[in-house]
Amino acid sequence: MRQAVDQPPFSPDDLARRRRRSIALALILVGLVILFFVTTIVRLGGDVALRSM
Amino acid sequence: MTDLSILNPEPAAALGGRGTVGDYFVLLKPRVMSLVVFTALAGMIAAPRPIHPWLALVALLAIAVGAGAAGALNMWYDADIDAKMRRTALRPVPRGAILPGEALGFGLTLAIGSALTLGLLVSWVAGALLAFTILFYIVVYTMWLKRWTPQNIVIGGAAGAFPPMIGWAAATGGIDLGAIALFLVIFMWTPPHFWALALFREGDYAKAGVPMLPVVAGRQETRRQIVLYSLLLVPLTFLPALLGTAGWLYTTGVAGLGVLFIWRAVDVYRHREGAAGDRACKKLFGFSIVYLFLVFALIIAEHAIGIAAFAPRIG
Repeated sequence: MRQAVDQPPFSPDDLARRRRRSIALALILVGLVILFFVTTIVRLGGDVALRSM
Repeated sequence: MTDLSILNPEPAAALGGRGTVGDYFVLLKPRVMSLVVFTALAGMIAAPRPIHPWLALVALLAIAVGAGAAGALNMWYDADIDAKMRRTALRPVPRGAILPGEALGFGLTLAIGSALTLGLLVSWVAGALLAFTILFYIVVYTMWLKRWTPQNIVIGGAAGAFPPMIGWAAATGGIDLGAIALFLVIFMWTPPHFWALALFREGDYAKAGVPMLPVVAGRQETRRQIVLYSLLLVPLTFLPALLGTAGWLYTTGVAGLGVLFIWRAVDVYRHREGAAGDRACKKLFGFSIVYLFLVFALIIAEHAIGIAAFAPRIG
């Protein structure tokens, strides 16, 4: 039981894998933001900039 | 001394979080995903209304992720079967790299996200079709038919046949006869494709208790059904040309490919024993993948080159 107290629940390997997953997730989220932004511009079309204010 | 072990009674492995990015990628069944994307692209290109290239890219991405979600959810539910079969025993869930709950969460997130993205950014009809396809594949095929009836892949094959229809809907915002013709081609192609695999992996399926046709009805009946479905498939591949979706290049191509497909199916029927029998099944299985790829590649090529259809467009 003493070992369970002292030993961290995740090994350095586990933590490295978690870090790589987090980086992948961050990249996917940035990609999604770009995807939604560009698609919005594409769907609006070029004429959106010409409207009277 | 306070015993903190009560706060963390399970070893780290049992808590999950051990899968690599690669494990999660495998969960998406990338090889199946590539065929799904390819047939969806063909449906998109064959559709009567052109789609903006960026929207086409977004739609294909959403369809790919949706297909991956279906793969992940399938691996979550079928982990017990996968562990018993040689072909699937090393998948991330039976291997213990990813916990079933993690696969479920991953699959659900991607399924909902991909259908919503396709609906919001491209077409709600396409998004709804993608959601229905994932639901059909998981609930109707994986949870119900697969473990219950030898007709599992006949009816369940519809899930794999929807992608060109989704691609078509992404371009046009609707479904018509041309899209249904592409659906029918994959629908009828699925049984001979999977039964060829089941014939040389029969032991695996029997061990896992999956009632594939060779396990339930026997190898002879499976061979007969392979020939029957092949004979039904080949005439159906002419439907896109008759509906004005495809032209002469496609028609000539599928005629030649159809003859080869039936020849391979008859070869499976004729060679029933030993290594020659196994070889014939493996050849049909391998050829069926190339066949489907080429049928849809012909549609894409015709539109890229600009070959006109010889029949008036219906649908």
